[in-house]
Amino acid sequence: MKKYIYQEKKDTRSGFGEGLFELGKSNPDVVALCADLTGSLKMNKFQDQFPERFFQTGIAEANMMGIAAGLTIGGKIPFTGTFANFSTGRVYDQIRQCIAYSEKNVKICASHAGITLGEDGATHQMLEDFGMMKMLPNMTVISPCDFNQTKAATKAIAGHEGPVYLRFGRPKVPNFTPEDQEFIIGEAQVLIEGSDVTVFATGHMVWQALEAANMLNEKGISAEIINVHTIKPLDEKTVLQSLKKTGCGVTAEEHQINGGMGESIAQVVTKNLPKPLEMIGIKDVFGESGKPDELMAKYGLDAQNIVKAAEKVVSKK
Amino acid sequence: MSEITELKKVATQVRRDVLRMVYEVQSGHPGGALGCADIFTALYFKFLKIDPKAFTMDGKGEDLFFLSNGHLSAAWYSVLARSGFFPLEELATFRHIDTRLQGHPATEEGLPGVRVASGSLGQGLSVAVGAALAKKLNKDDRLVFCLMGDGEQQEGQIWEASMFAAGRKVDNIIGIIDYNGQQIDGACDDVMPLGDLKAKWEAFGWTVLEMNGNDMEDIVQTIPKAIEKTGKQKPVVILMHTEMGYGVDFMEGTHEWHGKPPNEEQFNKAIANFEETLGDY
Repeated sequence: MKKYIYQEKKDTRSGFGEGLFELGKSNPDVVALCADLTGSLKMNKFQDQFPERFFQTGIAEANMMGIAAGLTIGGKIPFTGTFANFSTGRVYDQIRQCIAYSEKNVKICASHAGITLGEDGATHQMLEDFGMMKMLPNMTVISPCDFNQTKAATKAIAGHEGPVYLRFGRPKVPNFTPEDQEFIIGEAQVLIEGSDVTVFATGHMVWQALEAANMLNEKGISAEIINVHTIKPLDEKTVLQSLKKTGCGVTAEEHQINGGMGESIAQVVTKNLPKPLEMIGIKDVFGESGKPDELMAKYGLDAQNIVKAAEKVVSKK
Repeated sequence: MSEITELKKVATQVRRDVLRMVYEVQSGHPGGALGCADIFTALYFKFLKIDPKAFTMDGKGEDLFFLSNGHLSAAWYSVLARSGFFPLEELATFRHIDTRLQGHPATEEGLPGVRVASGSLGQGLSVAVGAALAKKLNKDDRLVFCLMGDGEQQEGQIWEASMFAAGRKVDNIIGIIDYNGQQIDGACDDVMPLGDLKAKWEAFGWTVLEMNGNDMEDIVQTIPKAIEKTGKQKPVVILMHTEMGYGVDFMEGTHEWHGKPPNEEQFNKAIANFEETLGDY
């Protein structure tokens, strides 16, 4: 079984900041906007180096989304940066009318997503963003798993014509994917091949899934681990190919089960290849204050829970 | 014939178009569209530096126009067609299935002249400000115009955009507020008083002008003054006083015709006010 190791833990938001800075150097059309969270989004390097292409909007996210849409009209590629709750729920109608429906080339970059935001609590723990964003026609939804992948994804979305939602987070997590990786939008990655059960994971849950694979291996269960870094368009081919082989699956995401990645996978599976599925995610409740690891454990979003779900779903085959 | 007379002829035909479009499909928003026929005409037939035959999304080297209060679509489509953006006969498809002339403006089917969807209110000024910023980055010295409603001033996002444009010295934009004092539920002063709009925009840091939007001579005198005020570190806004339903006596001075089509009898009475100056579509 393939093993993954990491040298250090890094936050995915810093991967975004690095990617944005590199884009600033390589693409003069890239501009960035931030609603008073430049430090939190790690956008300072871009701001310092390219002040004429950086727009501080103040605490006015709706206006930021509209301005971003307007900037595309002049051929710019705007990257908006704020927390995930202010990037989606707060500005849903602005995104819907001026960006998604109007097919504007805006990259909505959302940090501090999910429950691992931690101590700030439920007001800031966005757990519904995949659902809101994937429902919008024309929208691409991306959720990379670590620092290196977030950096690669940030650079890749600049080359994709059309609205994109890029989700990442606050805590430092294992940085295990290659530094020089190519990020292919819409292509799920088979990280570990297995034969008994497929675990479809996204974002911070990918590392948890890799740890779960080790634990399952010790129990004699061969788990295939797939990194679904693009929630929409979903890589249906890879999903179905894997389930055809393993015969059952677990989905794992730091998001509400309602409206999440698992729901998208279930739709594809139900239509094409009905197989038992278990879903790991937030169970229709809001989060709360706490340390990221404590919250992941309390809300059932860790490797142990993936193992339990895998054992359960294997028994249903 | 004088230029004013020519522009008035166009505006008269635009009002005919609005009434015929809304009546034929029995839906739409005639009141504001009739009130703004003059400003639409003046912009598209005199002031905007544009090439209707060669519409591009980026509009580099051209003036840009944004309609924030998208429900005025009938009047906008009429001037777009009559100034050459798309075939005149397409006006007959307004609000019908498979049309490019959606109830509220949209970009999905690539209708020339439209750069962003509008209809959900309060959003157009932000987009216009973004487009104005892009013009500055592109060293493009043309201007960006944005028409808004007065009821729309109740949306918070308008003031976010207003604060930003002044704070960042976006001085290549001209906002125009259709100040007819009416909105769908009644008079603005009853629904949610706007207070002293002029003082508010001035306090936000904009240069404010006023004009009578149903007086072509006043429009033709005021727009150049507004253009003259651009490029001076401050954004410019015109409080444009109009009458909702202008030109049709029973539609004026009331909110009743904000979003309601006339019946046959009402249509016949209304259309009689407007001579077929340029030929119906």
